[in-house]
Amino acid sequence: MAAKKKSPAKKPAAKKAAKGKPDYELFNNKTQAFIYNMQVNAVQRMLDFDYVSRRETPSVAAVINPTGRNSLQKFFFGPKEILVPVFKSMENAAKKHKNVDVLISFASFRSAPQSVEEAFALKQIKTIVIIAEGVPERRMKELNAKASELGKVIIGPATVGGIQAGAFKIANTAGPIDNIVESKLHRPGSVGFVSKSGGLSNEAYNMIARNTDGLYEGIAIGGDMYPGSTLMDHLMRYEKNPKVKMLVCLGEVGGLDEYNIVEALDKKKIKKPLVMWVTGTCAKAFKTDVQFGHAGAKAGGDAETADAKNKALKKAGAIVPNSFDDYAEKINKTYKKLVKEGKIKPAPEVEAPIVPMDYAKAVKEGLVRKPANFITSISDERGEELLYGNMTITDVFKKDIGIGGVLSILWFKQQFPKYATKFIEMTIMVVADHGPAVSGAHNTIVTARAGKDLISSIVSGMLTIGPRFGGAIDGAAQMFSSAYDRGLTPQEFVNEMKKKGVNIQGIGHRIKSVHNPDMRVTIIKEYVQKNFKKTPLLDYALEVEKITTSKRDNLILNVDGCIGICFADMLRNEMPKKEADEYIQMGALNGLFILGRTMGMMGNYLDQKRLMQPLYRHPWDDILYMKE
Amino acid sequence: MAQKAIREADGKRMMARLLKEYSGGKFDIKDRYVTVGPDTDLAKLPTKYKWLAKEKLVVKPDQLVKRRGKNDLILVGANYQQAKKWIKEKSKGPITIYGEFDAKGKPKDKGTVGQLTHFIIEPLVPHDDSDECYVAIMSTITGDTIMFYHEGGVNVGDIDAKASKYDIPVGTLPSAKDMEKNLLGKVPKDRKKIVGEFIEGLFKFYADLNFAYLEINPIVVTKDSVMPLDLAAKLDDTAAFQSGKKWGPTEFPSPFGRMRTKEEDYIDMLDTKTGASLKLTVLNPEGRIWTMVAGGGASVIYADTITDLGFMDEMANYGEYSGNPNEEFTYLYAKTVLDLMTKKPNKKGKYLIIGGGIANFTDVAKTFTGIIRALKEYGDKLKKQKVKIYVRRGGPNYKTGLKNIGALKEEIGLDIEVYGPETHMTNIVSMALKGGK
Repeated sequence: MAAKKKSPAKKPAAKKAAKGKPDYELFNNKTQAFIYNMQVNAVQRMLDFDYVSRRETPSVAAVINPTGRNSLQKFFFGPKEILVPVFKSMENAAKKHKNVDVLISFASFRSAPQSVEEAFALKQIKTIVIIAEGVPERRMKELNAKASELGKVIIGPATVGGIQAGAFKIANTAGPIDNIVESKLHRPGSVGFVSKSGGLSNEAYNMIARNTDGLYEGIAIGGDMYPGSTLMDHLMRYEKNPKVKMLVCLGEVGGLDEYNIVEALDKKKIKKPLVMWVTGTCAKAFKTDVQFGHAGAKAGGDAETADAKNKALKKAGAIVPNSFDDYAEKINKTYKKLVKEGKIKPAPEVEAPIVPMDYAKAVKEGLVRKPANFITSISDERGEELLYGNMTITDVFKKDIGIGGVLSILWFKQQFPKYATKFIEMTIMVVADHGPAVSGAHNTIVTARAGKDLISSIVSGMLTIGPRFGGAIDGAAQMFSSAYDRGLTPQEFVNEMKKKGVNIQGIGHRIKSVHNPDMRVTIIKEYVQKNFKKTPLLDYALEVEKITTSKRDNLILNVDGCIGICFADMLRNEMPKKEADEYIQMGALNGLFILGRTMGMMGNYLDQKRLMQPLYRHPWDDILYMKE
Repeated sequence: MAQKAIREADGKRMMARLLKEYSGGKFDIKDRYVTVGPDTDLAKLPTKYKWLAKEKLVVKPDQLVKRRGKNDLILVGANYQQAKKWIKEKSKGPITIYGEFDAKGKPKDKGTVGQLTHFIIEPLVPHDDSDECYVAIMSTITGDTIMFYHEGGVNVGDIDAKASKYDIPVGTLPSAKDMEKNLLGKVPKDRKKIVGEFIEGLFKFYADLNFAYLEINPIVVTKDSVMPLDLAAKLDDTAAFQSGKKWGPTEFPSPFGRMRTKEEDYIDMLDTKTGASLKLTVLNPEGRIWTMVAGGGASVIYADTITDLGFMDEMANYGEYSGNPNEEFTYLYAKTVLDLMTKKPNKKGKYLIIGGGIANFTDVAKTFTGIIRALKEYGDKLKKQKVKIYVRRGGPNYKTGLKNIGALKEEIGLDIEVYGPETHMTNIVSMALKGGK
């Protein structure tokens, strides 16, 4: 391939000094940024860094969330919570926060250029960080040209960002907070670092902390072919910055940026000691051209190889190790020499305030405990598969346990045998509907016709279920079992109730009678007699019925009574009596009615909607207006 | 995610389809380019492309091979029968292709061995050698550079030194007159206009389709026609979302000589299934030093260090896992590497470097569970083959991760040493290789 044009050494783009900041500084401990796109974790990490660096103000002034709306977002600043404003438009954010001069764009590779152009339009923004990887190269070159025309600095794309120790941290740079403190990034040292790789920059900060008095500033320019700012741009800033005493740089195979550094060394434009290594010396081990992880990491000619660059740098006076292995050693030696010469006065150690651990993390690490506010014992959705009791949803279907089986697990925490689950299903079917005239259906219909939604309509019907409507199932089960358990004969029971003047729940029907039996009762009764092991309560109730029907034809065991009593029999067959009685006390049997009847109420709701019935208004002639 | 080379035929088809539009209708190149791949039915081709049977043909390998002429890999003026025979012959088995030649035409390097699989067939364009020119456009840091030389072809020589160069700042589209003024000084007067107009259209085509490199050598120029003969090009594949439709179906082939193993293909497949990154290149299956390194940057440095310490020939693989792959993917990745490294024992023993920098946000303990699972599965083989394992890693939860992986020494008796961020990242390489030679 023909030679590429060597990149001209760009002038440091920030020509004019921002207020209170020399032109070689992009950040200080008052710098505030906008974060483009809602990146909750990145913002929190920046604020945690701010706290350990003892910043007075948070480094994030606002979040720009173009797809959201203006609002406020909660974050921690140390132990306290603060509200960070969220703006839909960067322009509006800028009007409110005139001091902000950094934009950190988390926009995707498609929309990152647009976010950068928005920032171009704002005079106050001086530094723009592009995190996204995969911005088209031509587009990036256009942005770079515009940025240098406008005197703005771009860091990235395809980068994690950078950090000015103790002052300002870009987004996710430098990992978790304990690493930041361990790498002494909460207070400034004397070393200026720049690399392409973001991942390795974290490693380098650790290395610098162990071998010098720490980092002053570190920037990862990103792995792209045409980064917004180059290794050279940042080295020149560090060269000019009196607080930076030595330079550390990590180059990479591919591109020619490193030769600008060679030239700067030759021309004595870089005078501070520079420890530098260019990675990718292994490329020669590959039989063909190799593309490493970064887009720019591919040698397009001999000059672009790591070996050639390392050689040229060494010749020009950079301190170049033999391999990455003795990189740290070279950094350490250079530092010690500068200390010895009195050029570096080691930065004092500063204790970092402790960032309170997030509750979730503390729990994960087993450092805190608290009693749970909720307990559950019927199902568990957290694992690989949903569990009903101990049964996986796969088994629910494989074993075909039916609605009755599911109900028995969720209500009674055990899987009932087939005869019982079938019985449950039968009762649900039997109570599903009983015409439009009963209170539940009626209310549902009226509500549906008032234009309300499904849930409002059926709830209005459901709320009528109680002692007079549907509640007899519970009542019958309770009354009959109590009489039976107290050893009353059927006659004694009837007498007792008569004496109290109370109707026996579950006895009596408006129309049906001995001679005109309720088929629902017949079906349930026959099934129960045929399939239950024992039916002492049903037997007892039938004896009672004999007595009551001898008095009046229609005092039969009705459907509520039959279901309630048979259910009590079933529960007593499947669990200790005490437990069974408790379920009845809790109202489990009414649940059966509610469950079944909901089907009917929903049917009524859908029916009214389907028939497009208008608002119901009760006729005057059906209302007796009483006047005093 | 980078500049990627495309096949000559794909590039020429793009020109045939679109150059007319970009040149205001002035240059209409006919699409008469056929790609022959391993699955192409050569017998059926002439039914689809009638001209194959009628015209004199040119056949060339089409898989990013440079210096095809010097390597005697261009068949000129053949009929279709001869072309078929030539393709079969050239793709019979591996061949060696050389990169550099001396003045006498002798190869100057060891060459690259590989298998030819793809060819381009096109009609012969009869022309005088003196009508051959050279044109190339390449991406630079500030825009693009056009290079033109009034001679071209196989023997054009040091084009960098000879050619006229015209730097185009990004965002500008020079006119035909600009091209004439800046590039065409040595072109005969009666041809200047047509060549200028051609380059004007070619540049628009190049820029709008997000090419990063486009070289046509030779390009045949007469006073009334311009015809590309040999073309090499790279696209910026990150621009696929903008220009993909205009590209049409386009392949980004591996360079000649890179023969993928089934394990490499398997890792590629895993890579496409996860948002994380999994990469594997087998350099030398007999090598004794295997690596399993987290992170794109760190993995290069580990490979560098092995190279720099003089063990390039023993380096078995290059690869990386990054972007927080889940346990299952990490397990499958580790398993693949362990399987490869234990295929054949070596008397001298082997080394496995499980390395990485200080992770930003990858949960080290979590990713290690996948590696531990694979290590347990291959424990017996690793012990039998005297594999010495070195681990170095930092980042979230690294202490737990290191403790768990280090426990394999007690649990199953692996020869394993474990280090954290207090140890320089690549120190485990020198520890492993000290006295290993």
